[in-house]
Amino acid sequence: MTVKKEPIWIARELSKCSGCRKCEIACSLAHEKRIWPEASRIRVFMLVPGTDFPHFCAQCENYPCVKACPVNALSVSKKTGAVSVKTKACIACGKCIDACPGRIPHMHPTKNYIVICDLCNGDPKCVKVCEEGGWNVLTKVTRRNQAYKLYARTPEDITKSLAIKMYGEQGEKYL
Amino acid sequence: MIMGYTGKFLEVDLSSGKITETKFNDAVLKEYIGGRGLATKILWDRLGSRWEKIDPLSRENILLFLTGPLTGYYPGGRICVSGKSPQSNGVIGSTVGGEFGVELRCAGYDGIIVAGEAEKPVYLFVKDSDVEIRDASHVWDKDAKQTMTVLTRECRELLRKRYPNYGEWKEPAFLYVGQAGENKVRTAVVAAKWTHAAGYGGYGAVMGAKKLKTVAVKGTGPLPEAVDMRRVKRLIKRVNDIVYEHVLWRRWGTGGGGYVVGAKTSSEPVRNWQDEWHDERSYGVDQFENRVWIKQYWSDFGCPTCCLKVAMVKSGKFKGAITDNPDYEMQAYLGPNLGLFTPEENVFLSALIDDLGLCGIQTGNVMGFAAELFQRGILTKQDLDGIELKWGDAEAFAALAKKIAFRKGIGDLLAEGTYRAALKIQKKKKMDVLKYAVQAKGIGIGAHGIRSGKDYPEAIAYVCSVQGGDHTSTAALPLDGSGSELAEIFNDSGVYCNFNSFGIPRKVKFDFYIAITGMELSMDDWFKYKALRILQLQRAMLLLGGPDLKWNPKIHDANPPRFYEPLPSGPHKGKFAEKAKVEEDRKRYYEAAGWDENGIPKTETLRRLGLENINKALEKLRYQS
Repeated sequence: MTVKKEPIWIARELSKCSGCRKCEIACSLAHEKRIWPEASRIRVFMLVPGTDFPHFCAQCENYPCVKACPVNALSVSKKTGAVSVKTKACIACGKCIDACPGRIPHMHPTKNYIVICDLCNGDPKCVKVCEEGGWNVLTKVTRRNQAYKLYARTPEDITKSLAIKMYGEQGEKYL
Repeated sequence: MIMGYTGKFLEVDLSSGKITETKFNDAVLKEYIGGRGLATKILWDRLGSRWEKIDPLSRENILLFLTGPLTGYYPGGRICVSGKSPQSNGVIGSTVGGEFGVELRCAGYDGIIVAGEAEKPVYLFVKDSDVEIRDASHVWDKDAKQTMTVLTRECRELLRKRYPNYGEWKEPAFLYVGQAGENKVRTAVVAAKWTHAAGYGGYGAVMGAKKLKTVAVKGTGPLPEAVDMRRVKRLIKRVNDIVYEHVLWRRWGTGGGGYVVGAKTSSEPVRNWQDEWHDERSYGVDQFENRVWIKQYWSDFGCPTCCLKVAMVKSGKFKGAITDNPDYEMQAYLGPNLGLFTPEENVFLSALIDDLGLCGIQTGNVMGFAAELFQRGILTKQDLDGIELKWGDAEAFAALAKKIAFRKGIGDLLAEGTYRAALKIQKKKKMDVLKYAVQAKGIGIGAHGIRSGKDYPEAIAYVCSVQGGDHTSTAALPLDGSGSELAEIFNDSGVYCNFNSFGIPRKVKFDFYIAITGMELSMDDWFKYKALRILQLQRAMLLLGGPDLKWNPKIHDANPPRFYEPLPSGPHKGKFAEKAKVEEDRKRYYEAAGWDENGIPKTETLRRLGLENINKALEKLRYQS
């Protein structure tokens, strides 16, 4: 598959997520050569049953995580717009997590560096499996001038929205 | 060590609070694989010598949570729960979908073996190799949704405190019991994700008896390494590609069954199996889809099917009830079986059953049984603590379900399950009520009748199964055929979702095992040795039974009496199971399985399979018969 020159973004329709976690499987296979849900750059949360959703980098326009890194381990890929992690430089201090409005980055479970979605160099594997399954929660779009940072929200915040959308007021009881 | 396993099992003794790790040698894992197969081996080795004396609800019983080498790799994750069953007094490999098995393997364990009994309510929290027994007093007496809400919050807070730099913690996977399990109700489940359940076997009662409210697992490692990951990836794709073709199966899951199994195949329980046919359009899948499904595709780890749907009642008196689908078994047993034919009533009852931690099949079965006795004037309103148990009264059945879960009044009797309740009522009322009990060896029959021959075509499906009325593990000939119980044993021992195995060639499933473990596995290996060995172990422990009940194959290898009555209506009106045919098939099955004319595994069969010690234990049964 040819990689588009323009940066991309992964659009997400969270309330359609089935919670199949095929994105976690595809991501960890691509990055770790193993099925490894906790090392996946996209993680499916299910804090309330039925409100499963994928949590992964939204590539905020202002990249607060990159700015917060004290050792310049993070940078923005010109080609894809993704945040790249220089694993050798990263000191696993967690400042990028605190800087992220969605607290999206997380530590690699066994190595001493942060993991952040790299958009698979423009050909994201999570999107592919989501499309194959017909769920289309994740779709690849061209990155233009949108408010992408709105999608950087904490798991609790997203869960609350989805729980209320699904279960109404009653949804708040389960948070 | 064989690849594809973590190689370690957790041993938890709740009496002493001791937590250790154990291993099984390669030969054992090779022969018994995992899940159901390994459960039979562990239970026989540890409890076999005193099997008949062990009360399943005593501290002596062992509760098992076992994965298999295919868990997490084969699409559709599950976990197998087992132990000595308080329903059949044998061994059931009871599986439930979800992420638990995957989390456990990622935490570095192939299974958990729980012995003893805690003094006060506890839960087990496993975070990789950090394992602790924690107080659960605050969630005791809480229902499924409350328990999961409290413990999701609590476990994530613990993780956040202990690993402050990690980032956000996903929820651990949970297995839990509701109030029914706490009260040792024999129809209680081990549940997951609000709505999923390992029902057959009644292991919720075992978990409750041990005062183990919940097991929570978070594993941060990868799945144990497979020998040939490239091949595994190809196999995963193969399964996905086949499943993606099944468009309506994916869209409806088993939710189409509530109407179709009645209207089309005449094999759905209607009013305690007095009929198996109905043509109620109000119960069509379109009604579920359009009125109550709020999420059309909901699934467990790696699943391409998504047969689950989240359902919620949005208006009317049952407003606010949440469950999944309900799937076909719940649709049938908490629907037509109780004379109910609307999605709203069905979701309402199903949600209540989930919340209380009851099994919808077993509880629907025993409530249907009670309602028929009420219909016939055998059980009166007074016997039922003032409940008028009329067909079609959802609220009356809800009131009864609560009584069962809390063992209150008549509920205490019905909490024993259909067979045991029937024996007691029989004694009290001095009349035969077993003829209304639709069960096999202590286990209520799944919602698939055999009379029409259009759904479950085998007359001995439940007669010869080592898991009694379990519709996911029925007997069929030939023994190496696709409908054979030996084929089901592979699903339950590899531990993956049997609902993702429909239409998948058997070779693909075996290839998964080979690509993951690097071990050989031929059809002959499986059907003539390994699976047959597991079957004999299950049969032996089932026949040894005890202490409260024993099965005599001559009497109990039988269909429920109702299946010999003709179907009263519908396109298959007049059809029934023919006794002569059942007898003949049973005889053929005994021969094929290597059992003698009394249904007891033969010495030569057991010797050939290297099960001499079982042969010894069965000697007295042979003598008795």
